[in-house]
Amino acid sequence: MLTLERRPSPSRMWTMLTPPLAVVLTMVAGAVLFAFLGKNPVEAIRTIFWDPVFGEFAFYYRGQLLVKAAPLILIAIGLSLGFRAGIWNIGAEGQYIVGAICGAAVGLAFYPTENSLVFPLMILAGAIGGWAWAMIPAALKVLFGTNEILVSLMLVYVAEAMLASASSGLLRNPDGMGFPGSRNFKDFPAAHNDYLIESAGIHWGVVAALIAVIFAYILLSRHLLGFQIRVTGQSPRAARFAGVNPSRLILFCLGTSGALAGLAGLFEVTGPAGQISIDFNSGYGFTAIIVAFLGRLHPIGILLAGLLMALTYIGGEAAQSTLGLPASAVQVLQGMLLFFLLAVDVLTNFRIRLGKTEAA
Amino acid sequence: MGNEATLLAVEGVTKAYPGVVANDKVSFSVAPGEVHALLGENGAGKSTLVKMIYGLVRPDSGRMVWKGAPYEPATPHAARSTGVAMVFQHFSLFEALNVAENVALGMENPPPMRQLSVRIREVSETYGLPLDPDRLVGELSAGERQRVEIIRCLLQDPKLLIMDEPTSVLTPQEVDILFETLRKLSAEGTAILYISHKLEEIRSLCNSATILRLGKVVGTTNPRESSARELAEMMVGQTLHTPNRESADLGEIVVELTNLSIKSANPFGTSLKGVTLSVRQGEVLGIGGVAGNGQDELLAALSGEALSTPSAIKFKGKSIGNLGPNARRGLGLLAAPEERLGHAAAPDMSLTENAALTGTIRRNLASKGFLRWGAVEDFAKEIIANFDVRTPGPDNAARSLSGGNLQKFVIGREVLQDPDVLVVNQPTWGVDASAAASIRQALLDMAAKGAAVICISQDLDELMEISDRFAALNEGRLTPPRPAKGLTVDEIGLMMGGAHDMEVAHVDA
Repeated sequence: MLTLERRPSPSRMWTMLTPPLAVVLTMVAGAVLFAFLGKNPVEAIRTIFWDPVFGEFAFYYRGQLLVKAAPLILIAIGLSLGFRAGIWNIGAEGQYIVGAICGAAVGLAFYPTENSLVFPLMILAGAIGGWAWAMIPAALKVLFGTNEILVSLMLVYVAEAMLASASSGLLRNPDGMGFPGSRNFKDFPAAHNDYLIESAGIHWGVVAALIAVIFAYILLSRHLLGFQIRVTGQSPRAARFAGVNPSRLILFCLGTSGALAGLAGLFEVTGPAGQISIDFNSGYGFTAIIVAFLGRLHPIGILLAGLLMALTYIGGEAAQSTLGLPASAVQVLQGMLLFFLLAVDVLTNFRIRLGKTEAA
Repeated sequence: MGNEATLLAVEGVTKAYPGVVANDKVSFSVAPGEVHALLGENGAGKSTLVKMIYGLVRPDSGRMVWKGAPYEPATPHAARSTGVAMVFQHFSLFEALNVAENVALGMENPPPMRQLSVRIREVSETYGLPLDPDRLVGELSAGERQRVEIIRCLLQDPKLLIMDEPTSVLTPQEVDILFETLRKLSAEGTAILYISHKLEEIRSLCNSATILRLGKVVGTTNPRESSARELAEMMVGQTLHTPNRESADLGEIVVELTNLSIKSANPFGTSLKGVTLSVRQGEVLGIGGVAGNGQDELLAALSGEALSTPSAIKFKGKSIGNLGPNARRGLGLLAAPEERLGHAAAPDMSLTENAALTGTIRRNLASKGFLRWGAVEDFAKEIIANFDVRTPGPDNAARSLSGGNLQKFVIGREVLQDPDVLVVNQPTWGVDASAAASIRQALLDMAAKGAAVICISQDLDELMEISDRFAALNEGRLTPPRPAKGLTVDEIGLMMGGAHDMEVAHVDA
């Protein structure tokens, strides 16, 4: 019989190997699933994982990859700081929406001023909007000990209602003949998050995501604050003994993840989405949670996981249109990715042995 | 031996865990009515051995014989129905239930409650273990809780009673009561397997002893005929290194607590009530007391994890009660908590990272908020080298170290920061004798150089060995400190609150 045996220290090798292994297992299980759906499994897997990067239309898809990955990475980096410290911000989607609304509102207030300060001001407003939305669960937790998971999640639905209201009321395009949705930022150059390199899909949000990765890396590996975050997550009592102030850490982690989510929202709404509309948000705030864990809460890992997740989005859409795969099948595939990652994680802390079971 | 009077014989039993052989061809036997000691340092294999006898672990090879028949308990249930009972070091009791209910939960076929209460009273009177079946366990002292466990065993009418370090939570007076009970049981023919590393206890109670070292039997002896020193040397395998105290001139008062009261953060904790003490340079103040009487809270109050009114704690005349841990480290007040994994050290972090946990301020391991990892690693290596921490290197996770080695690391980390005052809680808890001796020596060396040491411990021998003055915690109150020299065991027992338990013992019986 197989038995699991706890390793004295987590295995470094398996920490690196489990994510690729999880991807391979997802491909295998996905192929089986697609075969049951009557599709050619090899072709489906190739359409999702291979064609967007190396296939016939890769010139188009490759740009899309960064466009999709950037908000996921930006949000996931912020979330990972809190997750490392055991502070669970589940409401990044709400902070993303509020950041987008605030940034867009500031921009639209200046319409049609052509001044190079408009866009930086909008970026600031977007970050502040997301930060403020995250400060609600943070302040409630610090003052009253409420559960940040519930509060941040509930605020997502409040933010969605605000988005619906803003797009059909306050921020509605006055020249839009009554249709919901704001002015399109493509028609407002000073506030438009245009591509810096169009073929590669690089816009300011991609730049911000890369900067966030680098900063998070330095913070976690070199800075005392990052060290405090890691100690708190591993052992809260040891952290208190080491002089960590838990309240300050909660405010910092939730605030930072909120600000980054707000930034992601601002870059999305002024760039790829183009306008505030009822459904411009595409669930990036929730998907980023998967990205954060898939990347093992490590900045570099999150960068790779964000790209991979973007790939399944793009490849999934391609598979829907070319092979007629149902959208839910693609979502199952994405879910399996996280499932397999958590499952093979066992190998990091345990080794498998053949032998008798030990009486408990 | 192996005659027909043998109750249980263990023959060549071996049990290996990955990387360590816990028991290597261990043999010994117990006769009815015999009080047999299993003696050994931590990690010598005592616990594994009794777990095999109690059916919790199965041996890899070797066999056990019960009254001449093969004995292979697959579960504790099987062991109990054969007649083996065990009182664990850590109690498994529900605080919100009363004594009788707790006893019933541990029985195979509990009788109706009223009948059970009567039985509990009978047994407790017969064996001199006063216990009221209707009291809530949450209100009982550690000694009384142990009585609940013992009575639960006695109701099963065991032939062999295993006791794992039973006196670690008891006051001297409670120990006397327990020993009376055990002698009575032994006289009635119940065999007792008694695990301990307290040599004097074993010499007064047991009529034979098996000594284990590194999983092997290194000797069988009659402890009454050997001196404590001989037993200890068999256990350790080397000549004991007794710390010798250089008497230093006491200097200025460095830390002063005045009427310190702090409510415990833990709902089951003990709040500190009006604690007053002062420590001088070069002095070791020993603080004794039974576990759970405010030890953790006192350490937290001194380390800065629990804050108080500023003037309740003074450091060199400065009010510091409202300062957090790092501000106090900056001043020179350091602490090493009892719980190594998860409090003094983060289990999954490397030793290097754990060195940074408390060392950044005094050892200047960070500049402008950035950790200088090279310097941190050097600090970790210095601790490992100076305190003989056995580990492949500073990259290893804290939890991969044995308890004793990690304790040496934790104490070393604070000592090497050159504190003015060091507060330690249970500095040698679960540490083998030679490591314990070196930790005590390090504390004494520090005091000799002029630092003040506050040593909170439940090990009275340790406190008597290193303290200049002694005080005891009892329900969050601290007795006035008294010079340690010349204190008798009875006086210490009274300071620890033993008198209270004695009263209960006589009235209820």
